[in-house]
Amino acid sequence: MAGARVIPLHDPERDAARRSRHVEVVPEPAQQQSETPDWERRLTDLLSFARRRIAGDYQIDEFGFDRDLTENVLMPPLKPLYEKWFRVETIGMQNIPMAGGALIVANHSGTLPLDALMTSYGIASEHPAQRHMRMLGADLVFRTPLLGALARKSGQTLACNPDAERLLSSGELVGVWPEGFKGIGKPFKDRYKLQRFGRGGFVAAALKTGTPIIPCSIVGAEEIYPMIGDIKALARLFGFPYFPVTPFFPLLGPLGAIPLPSKWYIEFGEPIRTDVFGENAADDPMLVFNLTDQVRETIQQTLYRLLTQRRNVFLG
Amino acid sequence: MTPKVVLVTGVSRFLGGHLAARFAANPDIERVLGVDTEPPPRDLLRRMGRAEFVRADIRNPLISKVISTANVDTVVHASVTASPAGPTGRTVMKEMNVIGTMQLLAACQKSPKVQKLVVKSTSAVYGSSSRDPAVFTEDMGPKDLPSSGYAKDAVEVEGYVRGFGRRRPDVNVTTLRFTNFIGPRIDTVLTRYFALPVVPTVLGYDARVQLLHSEDALAVLERATLHDLPGVFNVGGDGVLLLSQAIRRAGRLNLPVPSAAVPTVGGFFRSARLVDFSPDQMRFLNWGRVVDTTLLKKDFGFTPRWTTQQAFDDYVSGRGLKPLIDPETVEAAERGILDAAARFR
Repeated sequence: MAGARVIPLHDPERDAARRSRHVEVVPEPAQQQSETPDWERRLTDLLSFARRRIAGDYQIDEFGFDRDLTENVLMPPLKPLYEKWFRVETIGMQNIPMAGGALIVANHSGTLPLDALMTSYGIASEHPAQRHMRMLGADLVFRTPLLGALARKSGQTLACNPDAERLLSSGELVGVWPEGFKGIGKPFKDRYKLQRFGRGGFVAAALKTGTPIIPCSIVGAEEIYPMIGDIKALARLFGFPYFPVTPFFPLLGPLGAIPLPSKWYIEFGEPIRTDVFGENAADDPMLVFNLTDQVRETIQQTLYRLLTQRRNVFLG
Repeated sequence: MTPKVVLVTGVSRFLGGHLAARFAANPDIERVLGVDTEPPPRDLLRRMGRAEFVRADIRNPLISKVISTANVDTVVHASVTASPAGPTGRTVMKEMNVIGTMQLLAACQKSPKVQKLVVKSTSAVYGSSSRDPAVFTEDMGPKDLPSSGYAKDAVEVEGYVRGFGRRRPDVNVTTLRFTNFIGPRIDTVLTRYFALPVVPTVLGYDARVQLLHSEDALAVLERATLHDLPGVFNVGGDGVLLLSQAIRRAGRLNLPVPSAAVPTVGGFFRSARLVDFSPDQMRFLNWGRVVDTTLLKKDFGFTPRWTTQQAFDDYVSGRGLKPLIDPETVEAAERGILDAAARFR
């Protein structure tokens, strides 16, 4: 910027004229006078954002994370979905450290990865340090045009050990959904039954970097698109891992893409420390298996507990 | 160990020529030989000072004679190139890159005087795909081997260099995997690409681009030659630019082209002699590539002076690229709107 602009808060001439007309005018509180209205401050922010974007004047990290774009464009539309539609309640936010690397492991469900978006938004808006969760996504995401670029810009990267270790050792909060497509695309009758947790690669990454694992249980996401069928032929045609049939999709067309307004709970559990196993712990397959099972069991038990406390799918 | 007699290949191009000039200015080096198939441009030749130019084809066994008679102890192989000369240049380029390297290495192996080999390679050896990790370290390989073009040449060249290293363990071999060069003086596919008024990109993809200032590249090659630093090193500036961001910083307009139309558009630009993109470089525009430079900083002992962003800005200002949308117009518009808003209050 070429220098600070001076925006006159009030016109001295007009003020003087007003004062001469009403001599007995009650002086307004000074604070109110100096305060620019909210809409104008927002306009200033918007314009400076637009200028930065046009000039390319923003920073990207090595994974392609564009913080400026994420905070100003990608996150705000999630707010009504988070607060009004799903009425998400988070439990145990204090289990996420204020700084430093940590690995959040969560259950995956809901046909479309809205659970990942909501968890990410929840941490960014409700955690005292407003941390950005960096999620590890499937190859399919990054292969898809537009979606892949958007995923990288919002801080996501490919689910592979080099990337996970790199993020964790540079002190980032990493989110992983180890069930993958098996979890998100499972039929409605299997809801809240955790699928196999991949090959435990995420545990190895946490062990190697000595970062804590935070189990995260999400209740409510299973009911947003109850998947009652899977058209294999169409899935193969489009190259999708599954082609969902819900009570409203594809029957109602685009209307069927509106998620059902279930009430959500996201609980972050006690961190599981991984720095107590010493060096080369990641090379011990038995330890990796045991830790994977421990994380899985914790999430499953928390899910059952949250479900027994829930009285109604939509009202909570 | 400071080398006594240095042979530099590819001196008629930017890097080789300026490198030879730097060696010629170094009084510790007794003799500097520059080899290429065509003489360097006149201004480059003048810069090279006392360096001797040898017009030779490294594909020819004659190079062996040059190395042995001049008692060359250090060979800097800087001629592996990505930009073919002319429309039929691609086959010639491949021959120069691969066969040339084979001949040069054979000559080096024959000559017992050769103590050091510095190879200018490229980070293109890592390939570029959606299944790659975000950042490449030196121990990683490509997910699928590039089937043609510069990247494949570089993979093969590195293979021969490794073979040479096995057969002559007494020679210090330094392989430098450079990211794309940028700078006000160097002429590459990328510098020509960003100079287009309307820059075509692939619709729905935004590559992460890591760049290296050409002066940093020269400094790295010089350091590798003057010191004994064997190994494979990634060389790139700090930080990353997105392709769309780089285009905005250059003040160009971005023209997204659907993937299906990319070969046609690429063909058009090639036949119009604007930018000659090979298929592997097209893939680079999809995914981009970022390398880890920890080894360069720790073991090699070099930190690039320019970050990716600074190098790119230096290129933009050095080339005098006029932005299509003037930043001052944008700022004036911003100010105008804010003033108008202030009046409404």
